[in-house]
Amino acid sequence: MEKKDLYNYILGIADNPLILGQRLGELCGHGPSLETDIACTNIALDLFGQTRSYFQYAAKIKGENATEDSIAFLRTEREYTNVLLVEQPNTDFAFTITRQFLFDVYHYLFLEQLQKSKDVNLSAIAHKAIKEVSYHQRFSSDWIKRLGDGTDESKKRMQNAVNDLWRYTDELFHTTESDEAMIAEGIGVDVKKLKNIYYSRINKILEDARLEIPESKWFQKGGKHGLHTEYMGYILSEMQYMQRTYPNMTW
Amino acid sequence: MTVVQGVHIDEELFSILEKVSDPEIPVLSILEMGVVRYAVLEDKHVKVKITPTYSGCPAMDVIGDDIKRALSKHGFTSEVELVLAPAWTTDWITPKGRKALEDYGIAAPLEPEADKDVLLHGKRIVKCPQCKSTNTRMVSQFGSTACKAQFQCDDCQEPFDYFKCLK
Repeated sequence: MEKKDLYNYILGIADNPLILGQRLGELCGHGPSLETDIACTNIALDLFGQTRSYFQYAAKIKGENATEDSIAFLRTEREYTNVLLVEQPNTDFAFTITRQFLFDVYHYLFLEQLQKSKDVNLSAIAHKAIKEVSYHQRFSSDWIKRLGDGTDESKKRMQNAVNDLWRYTDELFHTTESDEAMIAEGIGVDVKKLKNIYYSRINKILEDARLEIPESKWFQKGGKHGLHTEYMGYILSEMQYMQRTYPNMTW
Repeated sequence: MTVVQGVHIDEELFSILEKVSDPEIPVLSILEMGVVRYAVLEDKHVKVKITPTYSGCPAMDVIGDDIKRALSKHGFTSEVELVLAPAWTTDWITPKGRKALEDYGIAAPLEPEADKDVLLHGKRIVKCPQCKSTNTRMVSQFGSTACKAQFQCDDCQEPFDYFKCLK
């Protein structure tokens, strides 16, 4: 097994909670209500905790003085391999919660499988994280129904968000070379196999929410290969500001 | 050596570790919380393994430091390791710990089915730690810390925290 493939594979998993956590963290003090503000930052905290576990493990594999912080803060845009979905902006709460929902359902299915990984570290992280993600999934699914089946205005905004973010869902089920190598080793999750159940789950909830399921077959991709949307640079410039301005600073 | 649910803690370390508490829930000892999974004395050196309640729980670093400080007061050097498996569950909170939570004003975790009931606005079963009424409702699934949800009692009107069931 190539060390590089395992390292890349872990980053491919962990960059998603990292960037989504960063997005949710932006809402701290700016959420639409106190409860949702606290919820979004709580979810961000869970996601950062999971990211730390993955990065600590990745740092050990990499060696050469790598730390969880150097992996999180000192890579360039092209070296981040998160999916495009998680970097999309908090346009309004409908976008925030739809992005969350589309990721949570995937995240849960993914962790369910990662628990069975032959890699004991990844399996342990998955066992821990899935308990937290089941709460995230319930929270976002509940809001999808509440807002989709809410007022005319909330319904309109939710439908907009669903239509807009839909194009980023297919990428969740793409694999990279490192992914394929890890799948062959019994370490990685074959996400291609999760696609059908993913769409049947989200479609069911969208129907309950009386939202229309988009028919578009046109999907965006690139994040898993480091090709990001324009938003990514802004996220990183904020996220990496302290480490770039004061190299090696610690709290 | 005492063995409780796969936990190994040397007898002579009990009285020391029992005084270390969760910084966010000061009435709850880390032993009652089920966070300490292993504590073994080797000569004057103690090896401790703790497990986080939630991945992002910021209290874990503090708990690790507090353990080292408490042990060094008794003349022991120590190392604290964070372990993820098996993952922590609210089942590991001891009966004494549950009582401490209730006395402190935090409703203790119920079964996962109960949590679901609450979320689906079904049966009202979470007991208000103030007036003991079950006429309570969930205000938010996420509370002041990762491990808690916010509730309100419709009888005495007091808001309170509910320690979420984690299995």
